Amino acid sequence: MRVVVVGAGEVGSSIAESLCVNHEVVVVDIDSERADALTYGMDVLSLAGDGTDLDVLEEAGVAEADILIASTDDDETNIVTCGTATAIGDAFTIARVKRPQYLRTWQRSEYAFGIDFMICTDLLTANAIVGIIGLPTAQDVDMFAGGTVQMTEFKVPSNSPVADRTVAEADEFEQLTFAAIIRDDDILIPNGQTRIESEDEIVVIGHPESARAFGAAIAPSQNGPNDVVIVGGSEIGYQVAQLLEEREFEPRLIERDEERARWLAERLPRTLVLGSDATDQDFLERERIGDADVLVATLENDQQNLLATLLAKRLGTDRAIAVVDTGDFADLFEAVGVDVAVSPREVTAEEIIRFTRSRRMENISMIEGDRAEVIEIEVAPDSELAGRPIREVVTRLPNVVFGAITRDGGFITPRGDTVIEVGDHVVIFAEIDSVDEITNVI
Amino acid sequence: MMRVRWRTSASYLGTVLTALTVPLVLTAGVSLVYGESPVPLLAPAGLSLALGLALGRFERGSLGPRETYLMVSAAWFVVAVVGALPFLLAGTGVFADPVNALFESMSGITTTGATVLESFDAHGRGVMMWRQVLQWLGGLGILVLVVALFSQLSVGGAKLMETETQTTDVTKLAPRITQTARLIGGLYAGLTAALVLLLLAMNVGGVAPRMTPYNAVAHALTTVSTAGFSPEPESVGAFTPAVQWVIAAFMFVGATNFVLLYHLLGGDAGRLVRSEEFRVYLGVIAAGTVLVTVFLALDGTYDTVEATVRHAAFQVVSIVTTTGYASSDFDVWSVGARHLLFLGMFIGGMAGSTTCSIKTFRWLVAAKAFRRNLLLAVHPDAVRPVRLGSTVVDERTIRDVIAYVLLTLVIFGLLTVFIVVDVSRASVALDEFEVMGAAASTFLNIGPAFGPAGPYGTYNVFPRSTKVAMILLMWVGRIEIIPVLLLLTPSFWRS
Repeated sequence: MRVVVVGAGEVGSSIAESLCVNHEVVVVDIDSERADALTYGMDVLSLAGDGTDLDVLEEAGVAEADILIASTDDDETNIVTCGTATAIGDAFTIARVKRPQYLRTWQRSEYAFGIDFMICTDLLTANAIVGIIGLPTAQDVDMFAGGTVQMTEFKVPSNSPVADRTVAEADEFEQLTFAAIIRDDDILIPNGQTRIESEDEIVVIGHPESARAFGAAIAPSQNGPNDVVIVGGSEIGYQVAQLLEEREFEPRLIERDEERARWLAERLPRTLVLGSDATDQDFLERERIGDADVLVATLENDQQNLLATLLAKRLGTDRAIAVVDTGDFADLFEAVGVDVAVSPREVTAEEIIRFTRSRRMENISMIEGDRAEVIEIEVAPDSELAGRPIREVVTRLPNVVFGAITRDGGFITPRGDTVIEVGDHVVIFAEIDSVDEITNVI
Repeated sequence: MMRVRWRTSASYLGTVLTALTVPLVLTAGVSLVYGESPVPLLAPAGLSLALGLALGRFERGSLGPRETYLMVSAAWFVVAVVGALPFLLAGTGVFADPVNALFESMSGITTTGATVLESFDAHGRGVMMWRQVLQWLGGLGILVLVVALFSQLSVGGAKLMETETQTTDVTKLAPRITQTARLIGGLYAGLTAALVLLLLAMNVGGVAPRMTPYNAVAHALTTVSTAGFSPEPESVGAFTPAVQWVIAAFMFVGATNFVLLYHLLGGDAGRLVRSEEFRVYLGVIAAGTVLVTVFLALDGTYDTVEATVRHAAFQVVSIVTTTGYASSDFDVWSVGARHLLFLGMFIGGMAGSTTCSIKTFRWLVAAKAFRRNLLLAVHPDAVRPVRLGSTVVDERTIRDVIAYVLLTLVIFGLLTVFIVVDVSRASVALDEFEVMGAAASTFLNIGPAFGPAGPYGTYNVFPRSTKVAMILLMWVGRIEIIPVLLLLTPSFWRS
C-alpha cells in the first residue's frame, strides 16, 4: 500500500514509523530539515513542501496513493490538505483535528471537506482520560468488538491483596484473560504459576464488567471515584468535564481565566467551575482539593500539568492524571509520581494506525509505547486460524495471547480447546515482533 | 449634544392615535345596533384622528432607546385619556366625573379591571362595550397591535416590542419585526375569535343561557387579554359552571408566553414543555388551587366538591394571571383563602403574554440568583451562571430583575401607606388588609381586591386623591415602571 503522511511531527512520525515496515510511506512536511531527519531513522521517502499545495501532493504521488493522512498540528491545514487530495486522486483521506466542532460537522455528513475519516485529538484524549478515571488503578483502557471486549492496563498498588499471589490465584473472573505483566522494562507472558508483584502493570483482556471487578479486587479501598477535579479549562479539560457529566459525575473544574471560566460554566451545567489559580495554596486548601479522588491536569503546557498534579498528590489526592504533550515525557511523569500520563499525540497516532492496517484488523491498542499491541481481528474464511482450536494455533505463535473472542455479539472466554470460527472477532495481545507473523497467519 | 428627539416620539404617537380611530368607530357601530347615540364614541374618534394626523406631521428621526421609552410611556397615557372621553361624553352615573372616567379608562387600557361602576344598568351598551375593547387593545400592548398593522413602525420596532413585552423571546419568530408582530397579533385575535365562537356555541347548545352574542364578545375580549372587565355585575359568576371552566382555561392560555403558544400551534409542544417558566407557572396555579380548595373545603363554603374546586381554580387562575374576574364573591372567603389570593397577586403569569404583575420568570431568576449566593458562600471562587431551563441568564438581566422586584415591593409599600393615610383623612372605613389588597390590585393591574373594592364592589369608595394616585400607578405598573422612572430622571433629557 502507498501511504502519504502530511506533517512529520510527533503524530506523523509515529504513524510513519509504524507503517513503513510493510508499506511504502511518503512523508511531507513544510520544514525540510524535519522531513530529512525522518529518512535517517526509517525507510520512508520524505518531501519538503506545503501539504495544501496541489503540486506538492502531486509530487508525493497522491494520485497513486491508497491512503492520505493529514496529521499536522493545524486543523485547517489538515482539512484543506484532504480536500486538495480528493482533487488529485481517490486516496482514502484521514484528517486529524483538534477542535470538536470540525468533527461534528464531519459526522453530520460523513464526507464533509472531502475527508473519509476524521480523528479529533482532544475528544479522543478526553475519552481516554474518562476511561481511566472510571477504573481505579487503570493506566490505559481501550474498547474492542463494539464495546463487548475491553483491554485494561492496571498498576498493582503496594498494599494490593493481589500482590504476591499467582495468576491462577488472582484469576477469579470467568470472563477475563491475563495477557501480559510488565515488570520494570520486561514484558512477561504469564501462565498460571506466574507470581504477581506490587508495582507490576497487568494487561487484561475481557468483558468490561469483569475488568471493573478485577480493578476493584486490585484496590478494594478505591471503589469508584466520586469527586473528580479537573485543572485547566482547555479544550481537553472541557471535553473531559462534558463526558463526565454524561456519566452522571458532578466534577469540579478550575480555570484561572475569568472569561474562559464563565464560558465553561455556561456550557457545563453539572460542573462546578472555580475561577482561581490551581497553584494557589490557600485556594486548594479552601476547596479541599486534597480530598478529591481523582485530579486531572489539562492545562496548556506540560510543566504546569506536572506542577498541578504533584501539588495535588502532596495535598492527598488519591490519583493524579496529567496530559503530556511531549510524548517522550510520559514515562518521566509517571516516574516522579504522576499516576497516569496521557499523551494526546500517542492516542491520535494509535487511532490512525488502526485505520491503515490490514482491513481485517478492526482495532488496535499500543502497549508500553509501541513494544506490544492489542489487536482485534475478524476471522476470514481463508484464515489459518479458522476451524482450529487455540491450543494448536498458540504453538505456532508463542508470543501471542488470545484475550477474548466475540461470536455474533456474544462474549467467549478463549481456552485451549476453544475452536475459532469464521466471522469471530478475536482480540489478541502480541509483542511487536510477532505482529508481522500474525498478519501472515490471518 | 444628544437630546431626546421628542418630535420623533410625537410622530409615532400620532400613528397610534390615528390607529385608535378604528376601534372607536367599530364600537360606535355597537351603539347604533342597540339604538344608542354613537356620538360619545365618534367624537373622540374624530379628535383622535385629527390629533393623530397632526402629530404625524412631525419630522421622524431614528427611534433610539430614549425615543422608544418616551413614546411607550406617552402612548399609554394619551390613549387612556382619549379612551376616557366616551365615558365622560356619555356622562351617565359615576362616569360624569372626569376622574372616574379616566380611572375606568386607565384601568381598561392597562388591563387592570378595577372599576368605579356602582350600577351596571346606568350605561349604554356601546359605552360598556368600549370598556371591553379598551382592555383588548391593552392586552397585548396597543403598540404591538399597531406594529402589526402599520409597517411604518418597523424601524426600531424590535426594541419597542421588547419594551412592551419585557422579553426578547418575541423577536425571534421571524426575521422582520412586522412579521413577528403580525404572527403574535394574529394569534391573539385568533384566540379571541375562538373563544367568542365557543361561548356562542355553548349558548346555542343550551349550556350557557345568559351568554348572548353581546356577552360572548365582551367576555372574549377581556379573557384572552387577562384584563377582567365584565358587563355583568356578578362578573363570570353570572354564568354556568361550564362557562366558568372554559373562561378559566382561556385566562390560563392568555398568560402563557405567546411565542411558545405559537410553536405549540405549529406542532412543537416540546418548547412549551421544556420551558422552566411554564412549568413553574403551571405549578403555582396547581399548588394555589389545591391550597385554596382545602381552605374552602374546611370552611364548607360550597356545597359540592365540583363547586369548591371550580371556584378555587377559577379564582387562583384569575388572580395569578392578573385577569381579575370573579366566579363567586371571594371577599366572603376565609382569612386563609383570601390571604393566599393576596399573595397570588404578586406572582403573575409568563413573560411575553398579556399578564401583568411581577411575572413568573422574574421570581424564578431572583430565586435562582439567591440560591447561587448560598453556593458562593461555600465556594467563593465558583463561577456559576444562573440558568432558566438550558438558557443562561446574563448578569445584567439578573441585576435588572432583582432591582425590579425590589422596586415593585417598595412602590407597593409606599402606595399602601399613602392610601391608608388618604382613606383615614377622608374617613372611609377600610382596614389595612383591604387597603393593601387595593394597592396591589391596581398597581399590579389585577382588578378586584377585598372589602368594598372586592369582586362585587367598586373602587368608587376611595377618595378622589387616592383614585388619582391609582390612575398613575396603574399606568406605571403596566409599562413596568422603568420607562416612567426614566422620564423622571434629568439625565434622560440631557445628553
